[in-house]
Amino acid sequence: MSTYAQKKGFGATVWDFLTTVDHKKIAILYLLAGGIFFVVGGLEAVFIRIQLAVPNNDFVSAGAFNEIITMHGTTMIFLAAMPILFGFMNAVMPLQIGARDVAFPFLNALGFWLFFFGGVFLNLSWFLGGAPDAGWTSYASLAIHSKGHGIDFYVLGLQISGLGTLIGGINFLATIINMRAPGMTYMRMPLFTWTTFVASALILFAFPPLTVGLVLMMFDRMFGSNFFVVANGGNTVIWEHLFWIFGHPEVYILVLPAFGIFSEIFSTFSRKRLFGYSSMVFATVLIGFLGFMVWAHHMFTTGLGPVANAIFAVATMAIGVPTGIKIFNWLFTMWGGSVKFTAPMHWAFAFIPSFIMGGVTGVMLAAAAADYQYHDTYFVVAHFHYVIVGGVVFSIFAGTTYWWPKIFGTMLNETLGKITFWLFFIGFHMTFFIQHFLGLWGMPRRVFTYLPGQGFDTANMISSIGALFMSLGVIALLINVVVTSVKNVKVGDDPWGDGRTLEWSISSPPPFYNFKQLPLVRGLDAFWIEKMEGKKGMIPAEPLGDIHMPNASFLPFIMAMGLFIAAFGALYHGEHSWSILVIIIGLLVTFGAMFVRSVKDDHGFHIHKEELMDDNDKGVKA
Amino acid sequence: MHAEEKLTYETWPAEPEKSTLEAKNKFLGFWLFLGGETVLFASLFATYLALKDKVPNPGEAALAKDLFELPLTFVATMLLLTSSLTSVYAMYQMKNFQFKKMMLWLGITVLLGLGFLGLEVYEFNHYVHEYHHTFTSSAFGSAFYTLVGFHGGHVTFGLAWILTLMIRNAKRGLNLYNAPKFYVASLYWHFIDVVWVFIFTVVYLMGMVG
Amino acid sequence: MKRLAKWRLISIFAILTLILSGCGEPFLSALKPAGEVADMQYDLMKLSTFIMVGVILVVVIIFVTVFIRFRRKDDTIPKQVEGSHKLEIIWTVIPILLLLILAVPTVAATFKLADVDQMDKKNTKALVINVRSHLYWWDFEYPNQKIVTSQELVVPTDEKVYFNLKSLDVKHSFWIPAVGGKMDTNTDNENKFWLEFDAKRANEAGNLFYGKCAELCGPSHALMDFKVKAMSRDDFDTWVKSMQNVKEAQKANTDLAAEGQEIFNNSCIGCHAVTPSNQMPDTARQAPNLTNFGDRSRVAGILDHNKEELKNWIRDPEKYKPGNMMTNKYPEMSEDQLDALAEYLMGLKVQQ
Repeated sequence: MSTYAQKKGFGATVWDFLTTVDHKKIAILYLLAGGIFFVVGGLEAVFIRIQLAVPNNDFVSAGAFNEIITMHGTTMIFLAAMPILFGFMNAVMPLQIGARDVAFPFLNALGFWLFFFGGVFLNLSWFLGGAPDAGWTSYASLAIHSKGHGIDFYVLGLQISGLGTLIGGINFLATIINMRAPGMTYMRMPLFTWTTFVASALILFAFPPLTVGLVLMMFDRMFGSNFFVVANGGNTVIWEHLFWIFGHPEVYILVLPAFGIFSEIFSTFSRKRLFGYSSMVFATVLIGFLGFMVWAHHMFTTGLGPVANAIFAVATMAIGVPTGIKIFNWLFTMWGGSVKFTAPMHWAFAFIPSFIMGGVTGVMLAAAAADYQYHDTYFVVAHFHYVIVGGVVFSIFAGTTYWWPKIFGTMLNETLGKITFWLFFIGFHMTFFIQHFLGLWGMPRRVFTYLPGQGFDTANMISSIGALFMSLGVIALLINVVVTSVKNVKVGDDPWGDGRTLEWSISSPPPFYNFKQLPLVRGLDAFWIEKMEGKKGMIPAEPLGDIHMPNASFLPFIMAMGLFIAAFGALYHGEHSWSILVIIIGLLVTFGAMFVRSVKDDHGFHIHKEELMDDNDKGVKA
Repeated sequence: MHAEEKLTYETWPAEPEKSTLEAKNKFLGFWLFLGGETVLFASLFATYLALKDKVPNPGEAALAKDLFELPLTFVATMLLLTSSLTSVYAMYQMKNFQFKKMMLWLGITVLLGLGFLGLEVYEFNHYVHEYHHTFTSSAFGSAFYTLVGFHGGHVTFGLAWILTLMIRNAKRGLNLYNAPKFYVASLYWHFIDVVWVFIFTVVYLMGMVG
Repeated sequence: MKRLAKWRLISIFAILTLILSGCGEPFLSALKPAGEVADMQYDLMKLSTFIMVGVILVVVIIFVTVFIRFRRKDDTIPKQVEGSHKLEIIWTVIPILLLLILAVPTVAATFKLADVDQMDKKNTKALVINVRSHLYWWDFEYPNQKIVTSQELVVPTDEKVYFNLKSLDVKHSFWIPAVGGKMDTNTDNENKFWLEFDAKRANEAGNLFYGKCAELCGPSHALMDFKVKAMSRDDFDTWVKSMQNVKEAQKANTDLAAEGQEIFNNSCIGCHAVTPSNQMPDTARQAPNLTNFGDRSRVAGILDHNKEELKNWIRDPEKYKPGNMMTNKYPEMSEDQLDALAEYLMGLKVQQ
């Protein structure tokens, strides 16, 4: 097996990653691709803040500005935040439940490649005539009106990457339901696994409406249908509903895993089990459920009428309750604990006040009548950045530092980590706190400039300076990654010393089969229980035996590439005569690969007992 | 128990579709996928209902009550419902390790499915030429062809899938590696059938009433 | 202790000054409400803010205590606590109660703001205005008065004004921050809502409110401003009268203006009307009505109201509002022609 080889050429490594079905390598791919898109989206954010630093600025043109905000939102949500969280889920969740792999290793790879090709396709728009410019929400009347191919890139790219996300979600669900180690009952699962579970369920039910919306828009823009063409009987409000039926759960798809990451960190570095574990699980499920009942609060000013507005307002407020439960449970996890302020703990600790800000403005926004003032202003911009940056991006930084040793076998530098934290934390609040006021003072969102004399100047300048600090924070992280990778000091199984869950019971990085013998789980925080009883590792639940592993495959890459090709055909449909041919070729590639997958038997391979015993003697390598 | 092992009637398990971990995963994963598909069709249904009879030129363009005819859709519905029944028989034979009989029932399923597709093609053709009700003529047309066409696409894919499985395994007989594949394909076929029941009710019956 | 108290005092003053100075401009800010709707919304803001500040305080107290008391000092393992039913019930029930306190006035206000029964009554006395949004400009029709104006809404104070809102191209959103929250102008249907302009506070704001488009609508979304002139009912009636009196295009009163009028009639009148009667359906009104252009406070909604800016605008509208619908719809103008046009347009006044 390729993972046995210690030193490999560059080409072999690339091929290994192109064909891998190992969840840990796919995790690295997700983190890498998501990280690159995060930097791209971050650059776009910097351009936005430069343009808005002073009134009447002409750093970018009005049209370009709309492209930048659209791509910033789309990239950050679909191509950065979600994939990076998927990276953590892939890297950690199977280890946390004591599994050797995910339920569908092949589909796992397919999910990644679909996301990747979708993301690349979307970003190619910059070089092929202009990016989408109707906002990440791409409201139908403007999107239909938009000239050029920008919106087409959006519609096609998101369909491809959304399919990948859906596949990933199904995979995680099946993994958690079917692949838990002996003794790992649902109510013993670490909270990150729980939030992965609920977020995956949300993906399963939230992405199809988005796909339908995108397909309808694709038909309208490229194939002459009339879903959103009012003159021919169409209705643009349908798009708003479909988009937000997806869009609101999407917030929880992002923030629930973030909650999971923080739960792990709070508990680990307080050396205390999570306070009110069962109510945390309950709150997670409840948030997921309510997440589907509140989409119309994004449409309070669309004119749905007072009955709908009132119902959705009250439903939205209700989400505040389980979220509040979580906040207090985290606080009381630390209460009475022995709290060590490591770099990940910095992020987790700072997350509480930051996220509370986003939470309370969320409740304020829920008050429908008052929302008529907030809606589509900088108040909303401030609110959702407090939720998504203060919650999700903080968790990404926290998770990166926390699990880096488990994924790569070496620790990120703590001092640099704390510098990253302070730069980003200060910059974040400086950028977004003042934006609440900008909104209340009358500044609409998505404006490419503003005229002087409206009282917006100073606040915008402050906000832009904050963005500079955030950028410096990200640069510090990048430096940290480089420095750490160059030094490459290897660490042991449980480098933080306080690990509680199963991933810390095996080597860093884990062997490709994860667990030589599946562990026996005897309670919540399985590894902690064993440690407290003075044991070094987990009690095995099975005798040493052959391990069945899946074969690597290049087919996922080909399938995703086929759709990528077909998307170019669709994009130029009606413009070039070759477009239909390209669509057919692309689909043939995809369906052909599916056909091959279907008819070619693939039984995987077995690692034999003897090899595993050899491994034992030499110490586990990765 | 290795998946590719040769089995006999005696050693064939009661639930061959769930006898290995891979099979269990496939079984569960496919149910989850159908959950997502349900939401997909629900969204399409909602869109259709919102755009039903929405045409730019009311009075001239054909509306639902002008288009649909009960006999044709009734026959189509019967074909598809029967094919669902025959696929149940096929799975019954699969559980009893009766490969030949399973193939026979699957063959009938495919023929019925093809009959349904043929009727659908005829139907669409009829609407386009008799009523000028096309994909691009109105929002109603777009929504109708998208919903029913998505279902038709599923039927086509399902047929291709079942046929592929039949041809691929024609000489090999049943084993624990391909049994779950047959099972999951038949599950898909049932799902398509259930969706059609809703289309028949929501689009055709409710359309004819007005 | 004393020093601490002093610091507290200073910080309270600092916060107060920040709040007082931080309310924005009276003609634009939602924090300086100038009408019944904005008042209700401001009250809800205050209520929700007070509740939320309470929640934040509780969290901050626990947060700071944790930070100070529970840092790791030695290697002892703390007691592993499962949870506390009492505490968990407390922090479930109290938030529910707090949210109920907020939910009741929210629902009440939502219904009150949606109450437009008056405008649908036959022979209603209420003032109804049809707002039609276009790519980067606003059209205001007073159906009962049978007049049309654009870009500058004229309203009477101290009474409810009802709006019918619709867009004729892409979706926009109609927002006068100081007077009340927004309502989208959909392409599919007409939305209705009402606003009320308070005379006293309108006066403090200079009787001229800023209005904005709040929904991304294309490149010049940021520049799709309009203005609202608030005046007493008597002044409003006079204004309506004088608008109604303009039965045909006003005659130019200087030679230069006459020359401008001729240019206008040759190149501009295809899109821009200079009479206020609403003979045409809304879809046929392709560009802002200029009947009372001379009375307005901005050129194109954003530029200072003088001849120089007007000439700049006509010379190259694309430079000021990218993506607008006016660019290239008329022949290029010489400087002399621009002078004449500006003279003519600035003379189009109905108010004295």
